[in-house]
This record gives sequence, structure tokens and C-alpha cells, in this order.
Amino acid sequence: MHALTIENLHKVYSGDVHALRGISLTIKEGDFFALLGPNGAGKSTTIGILCSLVNKTSGIVKVFDKNIDLDWAGAKTYIGVVPQEMNFNIFEKVKHIVQNQAGYYGMPRQEAIKATEHALKQVDLWDKRDIRARMLSGGMKRRLMIARAIVHKPKLLILDEPTAGVDIEIRHNMWQFLRKINQQGTTIILTTHYLEEAESLCRNIAIIDHGKIIENTSMRKLLSRLPSQGFILELEDDIAEAPELSGFNTRLIDNETLEVEVLENKTLNEMFIALSDAGIKVAGLRNKSNRLEALFLSLTGSAASVANEPKGGEDV
Amino acid sequence: MYSYSNWISFATIVRKETHRFFRIWAQTMLPSAITALLYFVVFGNLIGRFVTPIDGFTYIEYIIPGLIMMSIMLNSYNNVVSSFYGAKFQRSIEEILVSPTPNSMILMGYMFGGILRAMVVGIIVAIVASFFAPINAAYPLLIFVVTFLTACLFSLAGFINSMFAKSFDDVTIVPTFILTPLIYLGGVFYSVDILPPFWEKISLVNPILYMIDAFRYSMLGVSDIPIGLTISVIFLVTALFYVIALTLLKRGYGLRS
Repeated sequence: MHALTIENLHKVYSGDVHALRGISLTIKEGDFFALLGPNGAGKSTTIGILCSLVNKTSGIVKVFDKNIDLDWAGAKTYIGVVPQEMNFNIFEKVKHIVQNQAGYYGMPRQEAIKATEHALKQVDLWDKRDIRARMLSGGMKRRLMIARAIVHKPKLLILDEPTAGVDIEIRHNMWQFLRKINQQGTTIILTTHYLEEAESLCRNIAIIDHGKIIENTSMRKLLSRLPSQGFILELEDDIAEAPELSGFNTRLIDNETLEVEVLENKTLNEMFIALSDAGIKVAGLRNKSNRLEALFLSLTGSAASVANEPKGGEDV
Repeated sequence: MYSYSNWISFATIVRKETHRFFRIWAQTMLPSAITALLYFVVFGNLIGRFVTPIDGFTYIEYIIPGLIMMSIMLNSYNNVVSSFYGAKFQRSIEEILVSPTPNSMILMGYMFGGILRAMVVGIIVAIVASFFAPINAAYPLLIFVVTFLTACLFSLAGFINSMFAKSFDDVTIVPTFILTPLIYLGGVFYSVDILPPFWEKISLVNPILYMIDAFRYSMLGVSDIPIGLTISVIFLVTALFYVIALTLLKRGYGLRS
């Protein structure tokens, strides 16, 4: 069964702003799916329609085969949403926010109390249950929104940039948690600006640009399209100029750092043999940049705009 | 028909709303008690002793129903307008909008939150009044019906205001410039019989007059307007506001893009 089926989805906002131009998409049950795109591409509009916060102009949306036009409430029971921006009452206690959400989904009171405890423990917020939400740190607020989204045990969890603005440790903890609930059977749709996140977590991917799906494939297939990969090598000894290695492009960053571009028909073993033959010893190695990022930029043609952003390569 | 799950959603909204106004009791319940106390002292006790009895009741006895009704109207209105607009402003309303809760249950949940606050405050004001004059209850069931319908109507009015409101200023404009004048001119402190014929006719256009008159009838057994007509007017306006509020909610006015 498909967790989500979208057919020819259009959204035109007032002022004739065509946000979605006939999006079609299917996501299998149990998938971990990345929905990527530049700012204003239509990701949040798509998610808004799935969560009924945005009215679609035309098209068909089915959640676990329930058409949102025919069984609106039935479709909603399957969905849990973690929005991009905080949207809870900051004056309420943490446990009440989660308990109320369970109640809105029709969970009886005693069951809601138990489910709240379970959800808050899952995101490590149980000890904060009695404090008001405004007292939580940014990372805790994100985790609270995740607890709130999973309290009714949704089969489809939609996360709209869940790790934006949280530190690396919390981000990695969230990744671990999301992997766990995905393994337990929850289908996950993730939008993120951290492409490393999508590459690390997701099995399938769709890229939206200007309201259209421009790519919809598996992560593995998409990454295999890269013609080359760049690596940064930390050298044991200083060198004066970049060595000429047959079949590899090289560039000296400084006397002890070398950049090497490995084409798709070459292996890393061959690169090390060539370096060894040139008398260069390698102390350390890392990827030049996120691989998905390179593809994303080539597909959406947004390299120029990204290059001007001060945040650096990872955050597009 | 509503499912059991729908009723749980409704109960959750009502519980949340009740919890909210009890949590901030100093903002929601105390001001009405203090205002009523001042009215009873100044108008009822000090000035009222110089006013001749109206329909056989002392002036303070005559204004008690009006003052209770005034607190019921303002509290039911304010509860819904501030809570729902606050939820819109903080976007916490999305918690309910993404859930399977039917629109009618969302509306009724907020409406009952307003009704409960109005009833609690109405009882507080009645208790305060009891220190100044005996509390009459000519028709107890009618007291409940008029209170309930009026609180429904003003909760719905507050809901409609919050749907249109784009800032906190918009939330305060209606109570300050429309509601309060209509309430004061709706016969809280006087009988419309004492007005010149022209102003008496103008007053009859004010729907609040019917509510205060009906409540006064239910407590004192005296009224300026036939009770059947007042109940019908209140019921019709409540039904109209319900349809307007539900239509706005279904369309997602100001909520869904």
C-alpha cells in the first residue's frame, strides 16, 4: 500500500501565484522519503495541503488510500506533523500540550496520559513535563513538537525542517530517533535544508523546483549519477605544488592540504596508489562537500544564489 | 452524527479552555467581581437609595439582573475572542486544525469554554450581589436558559470577531466601541418604559435589550417585552451567529491559505 499518493496537485494563491504546478508523487509505506527544494519551491505548500492547513486548488491526495476530499478525517488520523515553526501555546505545560493533542485525535483521557508519558520519554522530555513550554530551550521545543506529532501513533510522520537551528548533538540524536521509529514501521517524509541529513536518513527523494517535481528517485540512484567526487587530503609532509596524477585532477589548498577530484571510473585505491607513486603520504581524508548538495545545485540551478549565502556549503 | 472520538476532541477543547480561564483567574474572573462590587456600592447602595422603586423593586434589586447579565455577555465574548485569537496568533490553533476534529466541534468547544466562564462569573457576581440585596429567582429554569443562550450568542460573536481579527487591536475594538455602549443602552440600569417614545423604539433595535429584559423577567418576574418574543430573538440571533461562525471556520477564513 502507498502511504501517500499525490496526483496532479495544483495550488494557486491569490494574486495568481502558482505555487504547485501539477505535482504527482507516490510514497511507499515504511519509506523514509526526502522532499527537497530551494526556498519557495513548493515544499511547505505541499505539506500544508497534506495537513489541511492549505486548501488545494485541484488534484488528488490520498493518505493510505483515503482520499482527503472524501474522507478528510480518516486521512488525518494517519498523519503526524512536525512543522517548521513553533506552533504551540508557550504558556501551557509540556505534558498538557501533548495530552491535548492526543485528545484532539480522539484518544480517551487515561490513554492520552499514558501515550503522553511514552512520547515524552521517547524524546527525552519526561523530566520537563511540568514546566511551561516557554521555558524550554530551542532544541527541547523541537523535541516537544516531535512528541506531540507522535503521541497518537501516526502511520505517516511529516517533518518540515525538524532540525533547523538545533545543535549537532541534538540533530544526531534526532536522526537516531527518526531511524528507530522508521524501522518500527512509521513512514517518514522529511524536508530539510541540511542535505547531509537527507542523504544520511532517506531512501528515496523528490526534488521540487518552481512548483514541479524535477527529480523523483532513490537516493542511491541519484547519488550514482555524480560524475566525480572531491576529497580533501591532509598530508604528512609539506609539498610546494600540486602533483600531476594521471586520471585525477588535483589542486593545492595549502602546503599540507591537497584537493583531489576522483572521476566515476576511478577508485580510491587507484588514487592512493597514484599518491604513493608521487611520494605523498596521506594523514587524513574527508569529503570535499556533501555529495547530494552537488547534485541538488546542478538540478535546481541554484548554485549562484547559494554561493552568495554566508552560511557555507551545507545549508542551502 | 458525531463519533465517540469527536466528543473526546470536543471535551479536550472545553477542558483546555476551562483550564485556561481558571489558570489566569486574576484576569478572567476577579475583574468582574470587583466591577460588580463597585456598581452595587455606588449605583445600588449610594445613588440607588434616592431612586424610586421600579416595578415594585428597589433600584439595587432592579439592576442586579442587568449587572449579572452584563458580566455574562462580556465574559463569554472576551473568553472566546482572546483565546481563539491568541491561538491564531501563536499558531497553536494548527494543533486542532491538523487533527480530525470536525469544524463544528472546534466551534462548539470554544463556545462551551465561553459559556462555562460566563456561568462561573455570573455566579460570582450573584454572590457579590447577595451581600447587598436578596437574590430573586422567579423562574429558575428560565434563568438557566437565558444565561445559556446569551452566553452562546456572545461566545459566537467573540469567535467571529477573532476570525476576522488581524491584530490584538481588532480584538478590543468591538467590546469597547460596540458591545459596551449597547450593553449600557440595553436597559442594565433602567427600564425602557422611562425613555421618550422615539428612543424607546430605537432601543428595541438593540438585541441586548431583549437579553437583559428576559433575564430580568426570569429573576424578578417583570419585563418590558413579552418573554416569548425575547427568547425567540435571542435564539434566532444565536442560530445566525452559529451559521456565520461555522461557515467562516469551514472556509478556513484567516486560518487556511
